[in-house]
Amino acid sequence: MKITLKVWRQKNSNTPGKLVEYQLDNVSEDMSFLEMFDVLNDSLTRKGEEPVAFDHDCREGICGTCSMYINGRAHGPQTGATTCQLHMRSFNDGDTIVVEPWRARAFPIIKDLIVDRLAFDRIIQAGGYVSVNTGSAVDANEILIPRTIADEAMDAAACIGCGACVAACKNASAMLFVSAKVSQLAILPQGKSEHKERAERMVAQMDSEGFGACSFTGACSVECPKSISLDHIARLNREYLGAKLSSDNIQG
Amino acid sequence: MKLESKIPEGPLAEKWARHKFALKLVNPANKRKYDIIVVGTGLAGASAAASLAELGYNVKAFCYQDSPRRAHSIAAQGGINAAKNYQNDGDSVFRLFYDTIKGGDYRAREGNVYRLAEVSVNIIDQCVAQGVPFAREYGGTLANRSFGGAQVSRTFYARGQTGQQLLLGAYSALSRQVANGKVKLYTRTEMLDLVVEDGKARGIVVRNLITGKIESHSGHAVLLCTGGYGNVFYLSTNAMGCNVTAAWRAHKKGALFGNPCFTQIHPTCIPVSGHYQSKLTLMSESLRNDGRVWVPKTKEDAEKIRKGQIKPSDLGEEARDYFLERRYPSFGNLVPRDVASRNAKNMCDEGRGVAKTGLAVYLDFADAIKRDGLKTIEAKYGNLFEMYEKITGENPYETPMMIYPAVHYTMGGLWVDYNLMTSIPGLYALGEANFSDHGANRLGASALMQGLADGYFVIPYTVGDYLATIGPADKLPVDAPAFKEAEQKIQAQVNKFLSIQGERPVDDLHKELGHIMWEYCGMSRSADGLKIAKQKIQALKKEFWTNSKVLGDAGEMNQGLEQAGRVADFIELGELMVDDALNRNESCGGHFREEYQTPDGEALRDDANYTYVAAWEYQGEDKPELLNKEPLEFENVKLTQRSYK
Ligand SMILES: Cc1cc2nc3c(=O)[nH]c(=O)nc-3n(C[C@H](O)[C@H](O)[C@H](O)COP(=O)(O)OP(=O)(O)OC[C@H]3O[C@@H](n4cnc5c(N)ncnc54)[C@H](O)[C@@H]3O)c2cc1C
Ligand code: SF4
Ligand code: FES
Repeated sequence: MKITLKVWRQKNSNTPGKLVEYQLDNVSEDMSFLEMFDVLNDSLTRKGEEPVAFDHDCREGICGTCSMYINGRAHGPQTGATTCQLHMRSFNDGDTIVVEPWRARAFPIIKDLIVDRLAFDRIIQAGGYVSVNTGSAVDANEILIPRTIADEAMDAAACIGCGACVAACKNASAMLFVSAKVSQLAILPQGKSEHKERAERMVAQMDSEGFGACSFTGACSVECPKSISLDHIARLNREYLGAKLSSDNIQG
Repeated sequence: MKLESKIPEGPLAEKWARHKFALKLVNPANKRKYDIIVVGTGLAGASAAASLAELGYNVKAFCYQDSPRRAHSIAAQGGINAAKNYQNDGDSVFRLFYDTIKGGDYRAREGNVYRLAEVSVNIIDQCVAQGVPFAREYGGTLANRSFGGAQVSRTFYARGQTGQQLLLGAYSALSRQVANGKVKLYTRTEMLDLVVEDGKARGIVVRNLITGKIESHSGHAVLLCTGGYGNVFYLSTNAMGCNVTAAWRAHKKGALFGNPCFTQIHPTCIPVSGHYQSKLTLMSESLRNDGRVWVPKTKEDAEKIRKGQIKPSDLGEEARDYFLERRYPSFGNLVPRDVASRNAKNMCDEGRGVAKTGLAVYLDFADAIKRDGLKTIEAKYGNLFEMYEKITGENPYETPMMIYPAVHYTMGGLWVDYNLMTSIPGLYALGEANFSDHGANRLGASALMQGLADGYFVIPYTVGDYLATIGPADKLPVDAPAFKEAEQKIQAQVNKFLSIQGERPVDDLHKELGHIMWEYCGMSRSADGLKIAKQKIQALKKEFWTNSKVLGDAGEMNQGLEQAGRVADFIELGELMVDDALNRNESCGGHFREEYQTPDGEALRDDANYTYVAAWEYQGEDKPELLNKEPLEFENVKLTQRSYK
């Protein structure tokens, strides 16, 4: 197939960027989207033009590194898939494809298609854990967890931290990401004792990072490669309100 | 060099307990006077960094990705072993030990492997406490599945995302210590050199991958938790960034490299589709619990399938060869990986392979679906089937999957003693980066176990012994000449990559290396082939240093430059792997030398001459490396021809 690419090129965070057009004549439909970029970069390098910088690692939809905004959609036209899982058979011969980085105030651009997502790590650092030191655990089967609960926790825990939810949201809200972690740990007995502080601290960190407010449009969940459900946002809201209203809330 | 494995005396089951008691301790108030550098934030690195910080040490943790959560451990699918015996099916610490030693074809240390089996039970407890959502039975207890090379169900799992969930558990513990101020994180930072002075590891030199700045970090001890080197083959199931750079550069500073040629080829991967292919995707081994592996009985049928004239469903039972079930009636489809891979290759070599390329065999779920129902199979493997369909465009519920072996794991790695210390005092290697526990072949679900054993339950004890011996004052400041010199050398190397300005992109050279390695040092090896490989690699090395092409600047983000450093190291490693394979005149586990096989084509070991760890010592640029041998002693198991019949 022949494909025309319009790719966002930006030297670094201080330089303005622009879309640059490239022509590819020999794209196979079995290629992955990122393999098409490999082919592009190979030809750019041979011509002496700097290759396009883009984030990727596992190339199988689990590490959450890849992050392209393709024809106006986070991770492209497929649902329930990351950029690296997208194959060229989803496109037609002669298509023009516009590829941009995630756009959000809290995700500054580093270079070309690569953004800085450290804000997500800082949100987890604010409370996305169970406070248990190595060596102090009880026997695993002493904590009985019904299968339905374990499954629900696993649904939430499947988040790969890619940031597509933020990129897809018109307010650049990080609620889906935050709610997935809060929800996983709120559902499980292990996470119960800290659940109030957790919700509060993580939300406070999210707000201070410059993510927008959630207006519950649901765009995040639609574009989420792991189909994280909006129910988790509802649970986060309950957890958060509950924490705010309760008197034993020491974090203030 | 004299290799001391430091395996403690005494009965197998008491070694670790006795050793822990004998190790020196650092008193709680003194721990904050020690700085520990942890390179890598996968299962091994994240668990080590978190646990050491909890103890009170100051930790600096490094990774090349933008977040610790993206380390390659995240991609592990199938599960993690532990000798819990929750299923009451006869498992025990000794059985897990025994299976691992036997699975590794008797090329691992008894002491290490027993300890691994022993602490496996604590790992599951720890992970559950962190909130890892392992699969459960309806009553709420933990569920298990079985895996290749074992006849008990001891594998714990979280759908097909076990590595992800375990890593997110370790990452959460790490994040908690970042919040506590005990861990400082350096993401998008690549270690490019180890600094050694007075015979001790003193710190590392890194490049900030955003700004290109080269900097030093000093510590009392350095832990390399940098994963495996499967990407030396270019195509593998590893993430694109997996590399040997940290380990290799430590090797060039004096750390011995153990059994570099021991590579694991995984039997169930999605076959190659074209020259642009950048990686191979694993289909979890757990699929072999329910999937049946077969090829057409005749070459003629296979050919018709390859040409698209008939479909697999057109062949009845009598026209199929379930070759694993036929050859290994007691283990069947669950034989260890090396055996399954080699058999698939043999079928394709005989001309009975399927897919357009002839390089694939079937993994068929039709019987399992008939037996257990679509729902059950979907619950077990739904996400894997979906992944397969996304990549190939075929629906495995309706037509059998096609699979072919691919490079997956490297048993070789930096040589370490029982304390996980390399041959450089103060330098440790954990997880896939070391050579220690899997011998010549790793059993499924044992890498996650080893990474977490090393990080949560071994290093917190053993590193203290070294630190207590040297004392807090024994640390080199980062402005010392040794650091400055190392920084200058790295800067010069970076400048060199940018100055070659030849014709070939680095990726292209990497692909060529991959072809050489796969062809001559892959699933089967021969002395003649290995000699050819050596020449080809040496020629490629010249080509790399005279004709590679890297654009852009040193002082900015530059992915081509990052790759150049990694490929340069892979080329050197490749040559050592070939030397090691050539030296080992026997077949064992994943190392199959065509000259050494039993009459029915199984690996034929030579215990009299090769029951040792080959630990290679660097001798300088373009000089042959020196072979050191660590003899392996077996007191608790009898060495036998592995049989899965
Ligand atoms: C697809 C797949 C599926 C698997 N499934 C299973 C399974 O089901 N069960 C099982 O037991 N095992 C499985 N394995 C094997 C297992 O996942 C790995 O062996 C294990 O996770 C390795 O962990 P690690 O901590 O040693 O290294 P990794 O997780 O690879 O981490 C390496 C770390 O080192 C860092 N690093 C590397 N080089 C540098 C450098 N130069 N500078 C700075 N940082 C650096 C990286 O950033 C990363 O943080 C699987 C492997 C693959 C490829
Ligand atoms: S919630 Fe979905 S879109 Fe958002 S970070 Fe997690 S996986 Fe990505
Ligand atoms: S590269 Fe890992 S999810 Fe896409």
